[in-house]
Amino acid sequence: MTTLVKPPISDDIIIAEPRLRSLIRQVVTTAWLLPSVALLIGLFIIPTCYAIYLGFTNLELLGQYAQTYNFTGVANLRRMIHDPTFWYSVKLTLIFVIGSGIVAQTVLGLALALLGQRVNVAVRSSVGAIVVLAWVLPEITVAFVWYSFSQAGGTLSHIFGVPKSDLLSTVPMLVVCIANAWRGTAFSMLLLSAGLRNVPGEVDEAAQLEGAGYWRRLFTVTLPIMRPTLMINLLLITLGTISDFTLIFAMTQGGPGNQTAILPVYMYIEAFQFNQLGYGTAIALTLVLIGAILSIAYIRQLRPELRDAKS
Amino acid sequence: MSADQVVAAGPEVAAPTVVRKRRSPAGPVLNVLMVIIGLLFLLPLLWLILASFNPNADDTLSLPHPFSILNYHLALRAGAGAAIRNSLYLAGVSTVIATAVSTMAGFMLARRTIRFKGAFLVLILFLTGIPVTLLLIPTYQIFVNLSWLDSKFYTSIVLASMSVPFSIWLLKNFIGQVPGEFEEAAAIEGASEISILFRIVIPLIIPGILVSAILTFINSWGAFLIPLVLDANPSDTPGAVGIYQFMSANGQVQFGQLAAYSVLFSVPVIILYLISSRWLSGGFSFAGGVKG
Repeated sequence: MTTLVKPPISDDIIIAEPRLRSLIRQVVTTAWLLPSVALLIGLFIIPTCYAIYLGFTNLELLGQYAQTYNFTGVANLRRMIHDPTFWYSVKLTLIFVIGSGIVAQTVLGLALALLGQRVNVAVRSSVGAIVVLAWVLPEITVAFVWYSFSQAGGTLSHIFGVPKSDLLSTVPMLVVCIANAWRGTAFSMLLLSAGLRNVPGEVDEAAQLEGAGYWRRLFTVTLPIMRPTLMINLLLITLGTISDFTLIFAMTQGGPGNQTAILPVYMYIEAFQFNQLGYGTAIALTLVLIGAILSIAYIRQLRPELRDAKS
Repeated sequence: MSADQVVAAGPEVAAPTVVRKRRSPAGPVLNVLMVIIGLLFLLPLLWLILASFNPNADDTLSLPHPFSILNYHLALRAGAGAAIRNSLYLAGVSTVIATAVSTMAGFMLARRTIRFKGAFLVLILFLTGIPVTLLLIPTYQIFVNLSWLDSKFYTSIVLASMSVPFSIWLLKNFIGQVPGEFEEAAAIEGASEISILFRIVIPLIIPGILVSAILTFINSWGAFLIPLVLDANPSDTPGAVGIYQFMSANGQVQFGQLAAYSVLFSVPVIILYLISSRWLSGGFSFAGGVKG
């Protein structure tokens, strides 16, 4: 009905419409993108640029350089190079990322994904649910559970056969690595079991007909096919682990001494406990730099596959 | 495990045609192995649950005796309730903001030709890689200058922005999968952009919106560093910071009460995860054996 009435009225407008309409469309499109763009500029891009500047200043939380601070050039950098705690912290960060993230999480996650293919459904889904539950829990809960677990008389101490010792003060780095692996294994398990499902069964069967055993097939057929998934898994785990703060800070506050102060924790301590906001920012920038270098290394490893996929 | 190799290779040499036999020989060993790994993963969870119901809980795994909900009672009295309400505020406000903003942007990015769209999407992807640790100090400094510190609202805006890049990607892909014909038809009928979004697009992408909202909620709920630094007001303390303060309070660690507090704080996240995993297919169906 309305369509019958409309044409005579809009006949005139139709000529002017396309330009007007596209203008309105552009305005509407921009207006709808604006809130997210504003948030991203205000809370990502400006802080990132600001961080690059603050990293080269002597800004403090309190005291004489809190209000008026100066650009100090490479002073923070020089301080970092001569700061043994910083280098110790870099070492701890690498131990945490490699030991807990790359080795423990990936190996356990891959083992669970491979086992999941060959065990019965009830075992797979119940064990899978437990592992995923550990991953879903808030980080602070994980920190509390493992804090209690490793106290003198705690369950972990019993498992290790040293019920009287407080593992968080004797082997703190080991405990936080185990806690992080416990929490993060589910991610690798989920990602890698999805990757395993995409490995074509025919290839594996062909290798089997050739007489290749399970382990040989795993290392020469399955894992090479899964290389892209493994690399993405490593990349995401590395980026997640390298900037992890809550778990370690809640368990140990970086202690005892500096024995678990990985870079994010060291940054927090310098910035908000020793008031060195400028130096803390410089540490955060280093952390991002390390993450970026590792990411580029992974992506370079991935490049052959990406090229194959394109051609 | 070398036995597995021998056993698996054995029958194949004799009868290479029986390919599918490989499952049976190592089966029991592998099942037992997986159950053992599962039990090791279960132990910490088991301690948490048992300790939360044990009024005499310590750090050792033991059955509660007597079984009671006293710890929950005490934890709530020690401030768990107020802290969880604060977490609800932070997570709720940031979820509403992030999801609304990302749906609008996702709609436009999926449907319109926009100049520099490719570059914009790459930039967003790049932003997801920037850690909170880098943004923390500059954001703190900006908040000092704007006098935004110690405010629940501004803290939740920061939490929202942390989820926006990922949410935009998720929702853009979701909207991209919905055929555009309905919208074109509605536009020809003269429907406005807003009514197209609310009456056609949103009903079709409700699963995507829910997944995005739930993930944002879970992230904001567990957020620790941002509220710790940006909002030092004791009455605004969310659950994550509350548990930390309770842990590091002077004197004897109250294992039972802390366990109860942690359980109370974790249950909402677990429920939301279970809801969202119904919509997340593929890689996340590992735990849900029922779905196959």
